[in-house]
Amino acid sequence: MRSNVEHTTPYKVISVILIIILAILFAFPLYWIITGAFKTPAAVMAAEPEWFPSEWTLRNFETLFSKRSAPLWELAIPFSDHFTETGKLAYFSVGPKLPAALRWLVNTVFMAVVAMLLTCGTAAMAGYALAKKRFIGRGILFSLIVCAMALPKQVILLPLLREMSALGLTDTLWSVIFPIVGWPFGVFLMKQFAEGIPGEILEAARIDGAGEIKTFITVVFPMIKPGVGALAIFTFINSWNDYFMQLIMLTNTNTLTISLGIAKMQGENATDYGLLMAGAALAAIPIICVFLAFQKYFTKGITMGAVKG
Amino acid sequence: MGKKKSESMSRALVRQETISGYLFLLPSLFFFVVFVIYPMVMCVFTSLFDSTMGKDTQDTFIGLKNYIDLFQDDVFLKGLLNTIIIVVVSVPTVCAFSLWVASCIYQIQDWACSVFRCIFYLPVVTGSVAVAVVWKWMFNGYYGLINTTGTGLGILKENINWLGDTRFALGCIILILFTTSVGQPIVLYVSALGNVDQSLVEAAEVDGATKLQVFWKIKWPQIMPTTLYILVITTINSFQCFALIQLLTSGGPENSTMTIMFYIYHTCFKLFKYGYANAMGVVLALFIAVLSAVQFKLAKSE
Amino acid sequence: MKRILALLLASLMCVSMLAACGGNGGTNEPPASNPPASNPPASNPPATQPAGDDVPDAPPADSGSDLTASLTLATYPVGKMTDEAVINELIADFNAVYPNIEITVQYLDYTSGDDTVNAAIESGNAPDLIFEGPERLVANWGAKGYLVDLKDLVPAGTYDVTVSSCTNDAGAVYELPVCQTAHCMGINKDLFTEAGAMQYIDEENHTWTTENFIKAVEAVAAIHPKVGVVFCGGQGGDQGNRALVTNMYGGTYTNPEHTRYTANCEENVKALQTLKDLNGIDFDPAIVGGDEIQLFCNGTLAMATCWNVSAAQSDTQGKLANFEIFPMAFPTESGDPLLQGGIWGFGVFDNGDANRVEAAKAFIKFMTEDDAQYTKIVEATNFWPTREVEGVYAGTDNEAIMTEYGKLVPFMGDYYQITLGWAEARTAWWNELQNIGSGAKDVQTALDDFVATANAAAEAAE
Repeated sequence: MRSNVEHTTPYKVISVILIIILAILFAFPLYWIITGAFKTPAAVMAAEPEWFPSEWTLRNFETLFSKRSAPLWELAIPFSDHFTETGKLAYFSVGPKLPAALRWLVNTVFMAVVAMLLTCGTAAMAGYALAKKRFIGRGILFSLIVCAMALPKQVILLPLLREMSALGLTDTLWSVIFPIVGWPFGVFLMKQFAEGIPGEILEAARIDGAGEIKTFITVVFPMIKPGVGALAIFTFINSWNDYFMQLIMLTNTNTLTISLGIAKMQGENATDYGLLMAGAALAAIPIICVFLAFQKYFTKGITMGAVKG
Repeated sequence: MGKKKSESMSRALVRQETISGYLFLLPSLFFFVVFVIYPMVMCVFTSLFDSTMGKDTQDTFIGLKNYIDLFQDDVFLKGLLNTIIIVVVSVPTVCAFSLWVASCIYQIQDWACSVFRCIFYLPVVTGSVAVAVVWKWMFNGYYGLINTTGTGLGILKENINWLGDTRFALGCIILILFTTSVGQPIVLYVSALGNVDQSLVEAAEVDGATKLQVFWKIKWPQIMPTTLYILVITTINSFQCFALIQLLTSGGPENSTMTIMFYIYHTCFKLFKYGYANAMGVVLALFIAVLSAVQFKLAKSE
Repeated sequence: MKRILALLLASLMCVSMLAACGGNGGTNEPPASNPPASNPPASNPPATQPAGDDVPDAPPADSGSDLTASLTLATYPVGKMTDEAVINELIADFNAVYPNIEITVQYLDYTSGDDTVNAAIESGNAPDLIFEGPERLVANWGAKGYLVDLKDLVPAGTYDVTVSSCTNDAGAVYELPVCQTAHCMGINKDLFTEAGAMQYIDEENHTWTTENFIKAVEAVAAIHPKVGVVFCGGQGGDQGNRALVTNMYGGTYTNPEHTRYTANCEENVKALQTLKDLNGIDFDPAIVGGDEIQLFCNGTLAMATCWNVSAAQSDTQGKLANFEIFPMAFPTESGDPLLQGGIWGFGVFDNGDANRVEAAKAFIKFMTEDDAQYTKIVEATNFWPTREVEGVYAGTDNEAIMTEYGKLVPFMGDYYQITLGWAEARTAWWNELQNIGSGAKDVQTALDDFVATANAAAEAAE
């Protein structure tokens, strides 16, 4: 299939060389993080950079793991404060007390995965409805979604904070997850994909006597799957990196995410870069593994991702 | 699904469509209304008040005063300008660069292609906090990598304080933003280019079309939808560029890297001018809404 | 499946939204009885108290050990106060006497800690106890009315000057002082010796005159071009360059009453102009106090203005330096430096629950009244006590270094960081230093602008 492999033009050679150089530059930060995580404090701080650790140490990881501890897994049940006797949130809590960095990793994964699932689920349904159903208010709603889709969260920072507190959700992962789910880009994307579903197929399903839900699950969903894939990746990465919302909403050691946890490990006039690097490596390596493992799937998922304008 | 059919629909069917439509929309709409629209309305509301932090402070209604002040605030205008610069520079560069990289690597051996794809994706998954820390060191004015290599190779005459110089700081931020933005577009473009109908390409080549012609006439229209998607997500990402600024420059030096997003945050939590910050948010929201609407209209007309 | 889940969530949220709105910000039905049930042994519920009175008012107990409450303690990284093992030990001591007061700790940092607390206050989720200095407790949160007056807790023997630094105009003590230090300078003694600059220094008293300081910098600059920086990156360590500027020619930063800013005085203008013209000193908007220390410790810079004893003892800072670090007071014309103090202690947020306030006060009382416990917490902060107490650091590994740096503590000057509008003033200070450094404004204009902005903030805060 790669029919053009043999055509080697000078342009191609030059550009590949250029890309190799760029690739090295792009990979450098991660290389620096990973090697930095194993360097001694003196080497990390040295004015003459040490390109490769002359002395390997686990000190940074030891510090990272001994600094704080938290139960490995604990989940606040949203709104349970209205039902519990004490008026506080109820928690599912399992797992032994472990280094908090691991908990932060668990929190981050949980947050990103739940945000992804909820976003994809709600957006797929809404996108389908907007594309294929004819109802009053559809036009206005869609315009609203288009306008709000690039809205940065800083805009609604304060009202959101107050709202979360009124809902009793501050300092839980839900306060980060829900605004991500509410963000309408997913609906927009799904609508664009769902437009491509031929009306006849839906008609046929209806004639076959399939109910709305069945039609959605068996007919619509498989057809917009590539779009859902693209949205899933986008949401996952975005929530993984959504440093801002986490910074505002999360304070407790037990609820931090990994990037926030790392950022918070700075002293008054001191930043232990070795420690930061260890934390960053811990944060980056799992997600890189996920990416490597699912790379084929990811790209395949998006392959047919033709968004109609 | 044409007009004819909808006309022929019975009333009952319309009603059924409306109900089922809203039922499908309900979950999404709920989150949208509760966590986006409602805060946005509150934002507009608060922006009309002289709201500040303090236990016993009374908010006084001051009408549009916050908005009037806003357009006389140099820092705000600077922030607006910087935000526009970031978006206007980074969106096209990211698109063009990722298209170029993708077009170079999509035909090489599979394994090599995945290696490149992964590498360009690395900064995305590394996380902005970690990336910021490394870049801060690389841009260090005393012994950062860029200065030591630059002076070592003779490109730079002397060390430059990259993040501390008003001439370079914004450029550095854009560069870092760039490295964390191209990953996804490259992955998308590689798959889009791989899916271009080869028979059309071959037919064109047989007809003696040049490479460039093949690209513009055959491949470009086919990857257009991907391009649009990339435009949208890159614009969104550029607007969200917050962590880099907070961790690297705090908007300085001399507000040269101040963006509106950072200024809103700063006004809220350092200056405690809540009403003012909300007014800023409203202006930014309007600006972005118009931009998105225009982008969408343009995309639709193509 | 997902849809059902989402729907369920959605309807749940509708109900609770209504409840929350109707119930005025999450005031819940007071539970009939609330014995230590809120104290499950295995789990450690995060402090997610919705704003409101969710613990029934216990009778204001005088026999403290009956107090039942669940508190949050927020600490900034002062010495080892963000070290979990150290804090847990202090809390364990406390719980041995007050078994029913549960304490959850929030660890803050100086980059985003203020924002975290501000966000928490705004969402009605403020910590009960907070460990920080007067610039935040007195001048910011105290002035804004969020803190409780702790006058009745001040232990006997506390130094008057310390107490007054923790007290506002109206006489309310918003910070119960625990420890103090004097921020100083650090110099690379090896480099200074090599440059022959040690002759300008009074090694006995760790002091130098402004004239000698200039000579010393010039001498060092001849062999090591980067001597020091006036950092103005905008997040931390402003005590360093403020002290340098005000000491050089005896200027002031605020008026003695701590109501207005006076940093544009002649002396400060002269000092900043001298620093700007001085070879070897750069203005650097890309770094903050912590970066300066790092650059100093790895030998890039020959001196640090943001130095203190805890940096000297840090494994990742002072202990890494491969040269001798010599602590110095800031240079003055008179030879009588006024060091910037640091005073840290506890503040108590008023969360509208008398019981929690009571419990928080009990915690403070426990930590500061008894000499043995007080010594323990002072040692945890790695600084010096704020009241008369015997034998702090005696017999510990730190004794020698604490004695050496302790020589600088008597130079402690006026604690003017409690002037109103401090948070805003600090931001303006960074901006104007950046303007001076780049030459965008001349020194006088920049300082005038600083004073205008800062005083406007002070006025607004009155």
